[in-house]
Amino acid sequence: MTFLERNFLDIRNLDLMARGDSWPHRLDPRVKVLTTMIFIITVVSMDKYSISQLIPFAVFPVSLLAASGLPPGYFLKKILLVSPFALMVGLFNPLLDQTILLHIGSLGISGGWISLVSIMLRFTLTVGAALILIGITSFNGICLALEKFRVPKVFVVQLLFLYRYIFVLLDEASRMSRARSLRSLDIKGPGIKTFGSMAGNLLLRATGRAERIHLAMLCRGFDGNIHTMNSSSLYLKDILFLLGWTVVFYLLRTYNFPELIGNGVLNFT
Amino acid sequence: MHMADALISPAVGGTLWAATAGTMAYCCRKVKLEMDDRKVALMGVLGAFIFSAQMINFTIPATGSSGHLGGGMILAILLGPYAAFLVMASVLTVQALFFADGGLLALGCNIFNLAFFPCFIAYPFIYKKIVGKIPTEKRIFIASMLAAVVGLQLGALGVVIETVASGISELPFTTFLLLMQPIHLAIGIVEGLVTAAVVIFIWKARPDILRYSLEAKPLKGVMVRNVALGLLAVALVTGTALSWFASSRLDGLEWSIEGVTGSGELQEPDHGIHESLAAIQEKSAFLPDYGFKTNENEHGTAESESVTEAPAQWPAVDAGTSTAGLVGGLLTLLTAGCIGLLLRRKKTTV
Repeated sequence: MTFLERNFLDIRNLDLMARGDSWPHRLDPRVKVLTTMIFIITVVSMDKYSISQLIPFAVFPVSLLAASGLPPGYFLKKILLVSPFALMVGLFNPLLDQTILLHIGSLGISGGWISLVSIMLRFTLTVGAALILIGITSFNGICLALEKFRVPKVFVVQLLFLYRYIFVLLDEASRMSRARSLRSLDIKGPGIKTFGSMAGNLLLRATGRAERIHLAMLCRGFDGNIHTMNSSSLYLKDILFLLGWTVVFYLLRTYNFPELIGNGVLNFT
Repeated sequence: MHMADALISPAVGGTLWAATAGTMAYCCRKVKLEMDDRKVALMGVLGAFIFSAQMINFTIPATGSSGHLGGGMILAILLGPYAAFLVMASVLTVQALFFADGGLLALGCNIFNLAFFPCFIAYPFIYKKIVGKIPTEKRIFIASMLAAVVGLQLGALGVVIETVASGISELPFTTFLLLMQPIHLAIGIVEGLVTAAVVIFIWKARPDILRYSLEAKPLKGVMVRNVALGLLAVALVTGTALSWFASSRLDGLEWSIEGVTGSGELQEPDHGIHESLAAIQEKSAFLPDYGFKTNENEHGTAESESVTEAPAQWPAVDAGTSTAGLVGGLLTLLTAGCIGLLLRRKKTTV
């Protein structure tokens, strides 16, 4: 429960963050969605044993975070909270892949540990990028971008509706839940039967609400489209953002900069 | 269980994205054609309902732990497969964006596993067949139960296949399968129970809703995150214990894994140096441009050119290269930090 409540609180937090005003916030949502996708695909396409080459990719989330003024600690905490699944699956790697691939002094490190570290690095990068995307774009912005990308209207409208009513129904659900736990002296949770009637009730209220909403929308002239205010023009800065980062990702993918730098430094000394 | 970007390859992610996008386009057309637009509002609100129902926890019988609703099957029963697929996809999209539950590239996989199977396999072939034209409480119960279990089993199978095909995790197919299917059997049973409870409630209170939807609806139920987490924790502890055991008694572990998986894929117990060198070469063979240059690379600098061309030279064995990687990695981190600080300062001065 606390886990979920925290999650829902997060929707509010991210929603508030997305209302900020900085140059990443002001970029066109399409550009941000595209750049993030390219970033994720590039990171995921790295070899499973790569570690050093993955590190420089942090430049993308780090600079976006810094430039937009979003709190880095918040994102780090969120990433930590959701890491168990990747960690679970990744932890089998050291167990199953025991080939020694690397020696630090006399300590041999197996391929499994290397790929585990690699998995966790990718995880941090991809999850971080996705969260930052929503933090600087807002959900409505992303829906707008999806619409421009020719995602079917039905789906986009559905997303906008869903997002709008999460807040309303959440309050309803938490009131029901609180009422139940007060009346039952806060015993741990309802049984499945009680849950069935609670969820059922919530569902009936939701359907009723949907009917009223629909009627209200018809009164206001709803024709199956949700019209959003959109300035559809891309500015030079948007294109530069997309192209610039794509070039950076390409270079980072092609050359292993940390190793080049490391070699340089070692050479020099 | 939502797959993460970190565990899939671009090929797998892209394929499943394409499959999902295709299904979605088809569903959108279907929904548009056959739907009065009353359903548009209903779909959105029901998606929000799934989220809020997850807020209400329930106690799982006999375990004392608590779980929450997953939702796919209930949606299918209430809305029909096409609309339910879209609603489930939107729920998963919001989860991926806000909760970092699953990733953006893995979203295709997650939608396929959690929406396609319940909506287009479990609902039409199991739920509808069992419930038939005249639903009774007993039929609804059995149908929800079976459909939820089958839907989740297929979903779990999807996760296993996609993960193994990506090749990021070392888990062999059989082991992973043996891990996932029983866990999801447990989850599926609870999901079935809850789905049945909710659907039966609705059937008693507002039978018209169900009758209206019986013409084309599937449903899926409850996700017992806590049971899953419990079982996963057991797996984790076992895994860690085994890996500790592994470091001291390698042969024993390999023996036991071979016993479990019945596959000879693992390393030979003979741990001679030639064996591991050969294994490394084998591993590096599919890395283009990668040369096995143990001797020449002694100082880590001589081969910088050929090193740079390899997309992934981390597996290199010699100390020079790895030191270079470490030093360079640290420097890069520092640089990234500095860039962050610079940009931040610039922002505050503005």
